[in-house]
Amino acid sequence: MQDETIAAISTAYGPAGVGIIRISGDEAATIADKVFKSKSGVKIKDQDTYRITYGYIYDQDGQLIDEALALTMRGPFSFTGEDVVELQCHGGIVVLQKVLALALKAGARLAEPGEFSKRAFLNGRLDLAQAEGIMEMINAKTETGVSVAASHLQGRLSEEIKACRQDLLELISFLEADLDFPEEDFERLSNEEILRRLTKVTEKIKNILQSFMKGRIIREGLKVALVGKPNVGKSSLLNTLLKTKRAIVTDIPGTTRDTIEEFYNLGGIPLLLIDTAGIRDSDDLVEKIGVQKTKEIVEQADLVLYIFDLIQGITPEDQAYLSKIPSEKVLILVNKIDLLTDGAETTLRNIRERLPQFRVLLISATEQLGIQELEEEIKNIFFTEGWEIKDKAYLTNIRHKTALEKAEQALASAQKTLQTGLPLDLMVIDLKTVLGFLGEITGETVDEEIIDQIFSQFCLGK
Amino acid sequence: MSYVAGSYDCIIVGAGHAGCEAALATARMGCRSVIFTLNMDNIALMPCNPSIGGPAKGNLVREIDALGGEMGRNIDETYIQMRMLNTGKGPAVYGLRAQADKFAYQRRMTAVLQRQENLEVKQALVERLLVNENREVQGIETETGAIYYAPLVILCTGTYLKGKIYIGNLSYSGGPNGQRAAEKLVDSLAELGLEMGRFKTDTPPRVDKRSLDYEEMLAQSGNDDQFFFSYLTEKGRGLNVPCYLTYTNEETHRIIRDNLYESSFYRGDLEGIGPRYCPAIEDKILRFPDKKRHQMFLEPEGLDTEEVYVQGMSTSLPENVQLEFLRTIAGMKRVKMMRTGYSIEYNYINPTQLQASLETKAIRGLFCAGQINGTSGYEEAAAQGLMAGINAALKFQQKEPLILKRSEAYIGVLIDDLVTKGTNEPYRMLTSRAEYRLLLRHDNADLRLTSKGWEVGLVTPERYARFRQKKELLENSLASLQKTRVSASTKNVSELLAAKESANLRQNTSLYDLLKRPEINYRDLVQYGLAEELPQEIGRAIDIHVKYEGYIKQQLAQVAKFNKLESKLLPQDLDYMELKGLSVEARQKLNKIKPVSVGQASRISGVSPADITALMIHLEKMRRSKPQVKAPEDIERENGYDE
Repeated sequence: MQDETIAAISTAYGPAGVGIIRISGDEAATIADKVFKSKSGVKIKDQDTYRITYGYIYDQDGQLIDEALALTMRGPFSFTGEDVVELQCHGGIVVLQKVLALALKAGARLAEPGEFSKRAFLNGRLDLAQAEGIMEMINAKTETGVSVAASHLQGRLSEEIKACRQDLLELISFLEADLDFPEEDFERLSNEEILRRLTKVTEKIKNILQSFMKGRIIREGLKVALVGKPNVGKSSLLNTLLKTKRAIVTDIPGTTRDTIEEFYNLGGIPLLLIDTAGIRDSDDLVEKIGVQKTKEIVEQADLVLYIFDLIQGITPEDQAYLSKIPSEKVLILVNKIDLLTDGAETTLRNIRERLPQFRVLLISATEQLGIQELEEEIKNIFFTEGWEIKDKAYLTNIRHKTALEKAEQALASAQKTLQTGLPLDLMVIDLKTVLGFLGEITGETVDEEIIDQIFSQFCLGK
Repeated sequence: MSYVAGSYDCIIVGAGHAGCEAALATARMGCRSVIFTLNMDNIALMPCNPSIGGPAKGNLVREIDALGGEMGRNIDETYIQMRMLNTGKGPAVYGLRAQADKFAYQRRMTAVLQRQENLEVKQALVERLLVNENREVQGIETETGAIYYAPLVILCTGTYLKGKIYIGNLSYSGGPNGQRAAEKLVDSLAELGLEMGRFKTDTPPRVDKRSLDYEEMLAQSGNDDQFFFSYLTEKGRGLNVPCYLTYTNEETHRIIRDNLYESSFYRGDLEGIGPRYCPAIEDKILRFPDKKRHQMFLEPEGLDTEEVYVQGMSTSLPENVQLEFLRTIAGMKRVKMMRTGYSIEYNYINPTQLQASLETKAIRGLFCAGQINGTSGYEEAAAQGLMAGINAALKFQQKEPLILKRSEAYIGVLIDDLVTKGTNEPYRMLTSRAEYRLLLRHDNADLRLTSKGWEVGLVTPERYARFRQKKELLENSLASLQKTRVSASTKNVSELLAAKESANLRQNTSLYDLLKRPEINYRDLVQYGLAEELPQEIGRAIDIHVKYEGYIKQQLAQVAKFNKLESKLLPQDLDYMELKGLSVEARQKLNKIKPVSVGQASRISGVSPADITALMIHLEKMRRSKPQVKAPEDIERENGYDE
């Protein structure tokens, strides 16, 4: 089966010193030779693997486009497992697009998103978790996201899952030996020992699952809802945050008609700011958006920034609203501290007294007072143990999470089987179910649904 | 000089446990059959241990019986002890095992064979297969030059193919028990291009019962409960002859270690690979040097013999060493040996050369069953013999073969493992080889398989009627348990719960739900007048059905998933070498085995899940890029695939 040769710009769009066009497939070298002429006259198709060739890129009219280096990698010893040529050009987007257009004219097809990874996966260069790591890398919102994806690529998640599977396999083999060789003279595991081993694996899985919250934040952003009565300064806070950082990664259109969502990079942590200021024409927020809407926003948000100002102060509606939200999820912001109005102190004391269970910060959105403290607070709330991505396997993929949750359930069921004194054989069934779920993550279980998922993820056949 | 001696529908070579089942199946399904044995006195010989069954193996025998095979009935009429193993470990791993009266077992099976309509039994050494230029089998030729024609031949040659016996530094060509080996047949198979290997297996010495001091050993009897292998058996033989347990000791081990160099295996004379699960005593001592003792069972070989089988002491050490180490063992100080332990090495064919029907891929009409396919064990052999017999007869009737799925029977697991994965040691059935063993229980083999046996014509009307009756009774009883509601005030309920130390009922509940409590069995409901008296096996089946329903449903859901991949059929003309995403090893293995379905492909060793994923992606790509290629579902429908 002959796959087409594909090409794409594989560095990020935007100003940069270097930009790379990657070409992969059987015709990679031939196509490169049509676009790139080496200074020494050597052809890429005659070049050895891992060689760098210096030369120039010309368009079809012989016009010089750029000076470039060509890196040749022969399959199967390349990222995709196919012949790959990377043309390292100067970084301007216009130049890169021209070079890409030339490669396409020379016979390459524009790669689909993730298609290089797909080929790497198909050619056995990556396992499923690794391939998905790359998809995450491509979609990562921040540097931190990239580094988690990179750890997937190195197979950290796979490693941890495989360690769990290994523990289980050992336990199962002990139990199976007892079932198959009932009269053989070897030591049986006591129920306590079985329980100890089950607990160990359960702990491991729980730990990985706990990393999911962070993993999701890395991938999707920490959801921060800005809530408060009209004119307390929600929009100014949003603008201030975005302005001071000037680090909007992407604009995500509001997922609901009534809210505005903005991405904001806080020291590598992507924040998804959800501004309920989008809910207009209302002087009674709680009543208008209704109980349902309140619930939705609060449930979705990882953090609720509830904003008061020193002019309007706190009302019974505010209190009613806040009573529905778990306090640890809320940070109270008292805005407009720059306006030293009469009675400001009383208002502030009032707020603190009525909401003793909440943390309170004083800010001025327009004068940018207390903004740095706010940022520090957000970091502290979620990442007390430090925001380092080094050796931990972070769970970022919802499919992985579901599989792990099912594994955890089956483990719990195995424990229950053991504790209620049901036969060992039935526990083995639970344990094998756990193995199956863990295998789904690393691709050690063949399951049609996973395969379907892959088809959809890799846009196959479109 | 050769001469034409006869013409039949089907020829069976070898009358061991595989051959007997194969011959009976073809004859009973209407094929005029002839079975050849090297020795008329050795039909259904048990050259190794005098027992049948155990975990997984016992289930195989139940399945053979449910399909209309003979092994279950034969052992039920000749056992001297019945014991159910693993009773505390879950209904799926119950293992019924019988100690057999070896000689009675042979005598009965010989009589069944000789009296079977459509079947002739002949003593002859088969030396050559006759195959025409279209690679279709035509018949066989014996040592005496007799040519027998048949379009179907089933090889059940056991350990006789170039069989070689080893005892210490003595070795000679032969089969078990001083029999002849089949030498020339191997050359005939090699000429046909069949790939073969060498396996070995060890047997222990047999000793004289009168030279044993049983009071120094631990007696082990059968269970009081009466279980049988055949669904037709109603009454037991009332026999419970004990076996005796004793142990080796450090002195035994020292003697064995000192004489290891005398073992043919360690000297390297013997190249065949032996099974890991049934090692020779010298292997055990070498591999587990920290183990201070190994257990052994002394098992009587029958009622009319003083011979006792020393289970656990298989060896090919020299005769004098065997005697020396046996005499160090408690209860065996003055032991007298009657037969010496030995190793036997023999040829087997690589079973991946077979289709799931057990017909060879290379030669049409040629089937193989039993140890020739790399298995060990009487039960494994009989199961294959039965299936080869059924499929040969179906082929004769120009019908589709009967292929049992892994989710339907241990037999399905056994054959699928063999033809898909092959084996690198003598293959023994284990419960852990079955993914869905909770469904493949000892108690429901008839419910799983008897209607299939009926459809192919092997199950007698009597057996079928009993199966229908049991099924109906079971279904009706379950329905009635679900319908009948009781409460704390229902007569006898509180008494029952109190007696069983079971929590009292707070609201009314069905008997079905009451039965879910681990401490309450159907028998108890009957005792307290809450349910009707039923045959014991049905009561047990109800208990299992109700108590393990959750787990059974879980396995059924897994089976549904499994069947999806099984029904994704692979084109038989697919050239896997062309598929780029697969590892080189996977491509080679797939090209060799040519799996029928994606499910089967996924079980081939060396084919990783990543390879399967890639394979499915290729299939999907092919389907999408070429609309004229039929979707697997369509192929399936056309093939009349039965879900």
